[in-house]
Amino acid sequence: MRMIVMRSENKLLSFSVVTAVLTALIFPVLVNAQVLHEERSVYRDITVAQNGNRRCLVFNVLRGDRNQTCLDMNDKDRLVFTYTKMSFAGLLLTPSPKNILVAGLGGGTIPMAMNELFPDATIDIVEIDQAVVNVAKDYFFFEENEKMKVSINDARVFVKRAGILGKKYDYIILDAFGGDYIPEHLLTQEFLEEVKLIMSPDAVLVANTFSTSRFYDHESVTYQQVFNEFFNFKLPSSGNRIIMTQLGPLPPRGTLASAAQQIAPSLEKYGVPLLEYPNKLSTRVDWDMSRRVLTDQYAPANLLREN
Amino acid sequence: MAPYFGGSLSVWGSIITIFMVALSIGYLLGGKLSTRNPSPVTYGMFFIAAAIFSLPIILFADNIMRPIFMAIEDPRYGSLLASILLYLVPTSILGMISPYSIRLLVQTQEHSGHMAGMLFFISTMGSAAGTLGTSFYFVLWFEVNQILWGSVAALLAAGCVVLLASYMLEKSAPQGSAKATAK
Repeated sequence: MRMIVMRSENKLLSFSVVTAVLTALIFPVLVNAQVLHEERSVYRDITVAQNGNRRCLVFNVLRGDRNQTCLDMNDKDRLVFTYTKMSFAGLLLTPSPKNILVAGLGGGTIPMAMNELFPDATIDIVEIDQAVVNVAKDYFFFEENEKMKVSINDARVFVKRAGILGKKYDYIILDAFGGDYIPEHLLTQEFLEEVKLIMSPDAVLVANTFSTSRFYDHESVTYQQVFNEFFNFKLPSSGNRIIMTQLGPLPPRGTLASAAQQIAPSLEKYGVPLLEYPNKLSTRVDWDMSRRVLTDQYAPANLLREN
Repeated sequence: MAPYFGGSLSVWGSIITIFMVALSIGYLLGGKLSTRNPSPVTYGMFFIAAAIFSLPIILFADNIMRPIFMAIEDPRYGSLLASILLYLVPTSILGMISPYSIRLLVQTQEHSGHMAGMLFFISTMGSAAGTLGTSFYFVLWFEVNQILWGSVAALLAAGCVVLLASYMLEKSAPQGSAKATAK
């Protein structure tokens, strides 16, 4: 009898522990937030949650992933995340893009802002997960139009095919690293060579990636191998870093500053502090140059990130 | 595969499907072959043949995948066809080894179940160790092709051990029963 009582107590205890742990995991993301929608896709669970005015797209809630995209419902133009704003720094190098490629849709905030800023530009978006597109359309006001189209495809496949077809883009955003698994075939030297093939002479490549772990060194070495040099763009308010580069030599800081002066006003309504950016772009090598270049043959990106 | 067909779920599905199909075919053929004059020499040749037919995966992967990528736009069918061309033959040959091993190992009906169980144990444990080793460590230490060369070398070595052992057995006891030691 005693045993049985103890057992059920134990059960109760373990149940409450599990509940507490789950709550703690969800806590940072969903406290006080109302879950508007949950969508299961083959790649991940997608949750749309709203907290006050802020509506967010969250991948894999239980594993404590950060928000992918957030939208300020009172001011839908204003970009919420630092890294989202940072990806507009590419305009310092290519101020008026005509052919834009965005790999990784998220909530669609970046392409929508681009579409609004450059209504004549063609925007191709490649997203692997149809469910993300559905959610972006239903909850984040994303819409395709004549100039802006989404392809459901792997970015590697899309880029390779675009290269064969001789397509060129002058603004390429790589933002495909959401969630906890890095698509390692989008980080290799061979992939970056394929990206290079679809860059027009004046194109800029803007890659949103991580700023921590051993992986940082390997990624930096790989970009250096393919592009010789790149701007490393990190801000203290974000765990991301943006890699920015182009085919030719990078412009001096003075050029960037004057470009910022010209473009900054048009970005004001999105909350992008472009004027602060030129001073934050660095070409200083702050990684271990002896690390191995990532290739299709050697791409243990997910293991490197854990170490 | 990923450089041509991406890393989507369907690409993983293609590869795993073809491995399963190939193993099934191998089991069937290996079992059939074991009824006709089974010998350790044939058994050893399975390993060597598997090694040889694995070479295209290392040497011609790009040459095989590039035209498929050009011809088939849907990565699902592209990866399925590429898996067939790259993996079907070597994996089928590898699948022949298990049933043939049972034929060579089993001497009496009573312990046939025991032998089969033992063999499944070793072969599945080996697969588990290989999967763990590759996904946790080998991809961190080696290039993909180096890992594949390692597998080819291991297959060749196993084949040679079998052939050598059967040669020596035959020499020492011409009428003795053939017994394979390597798997």
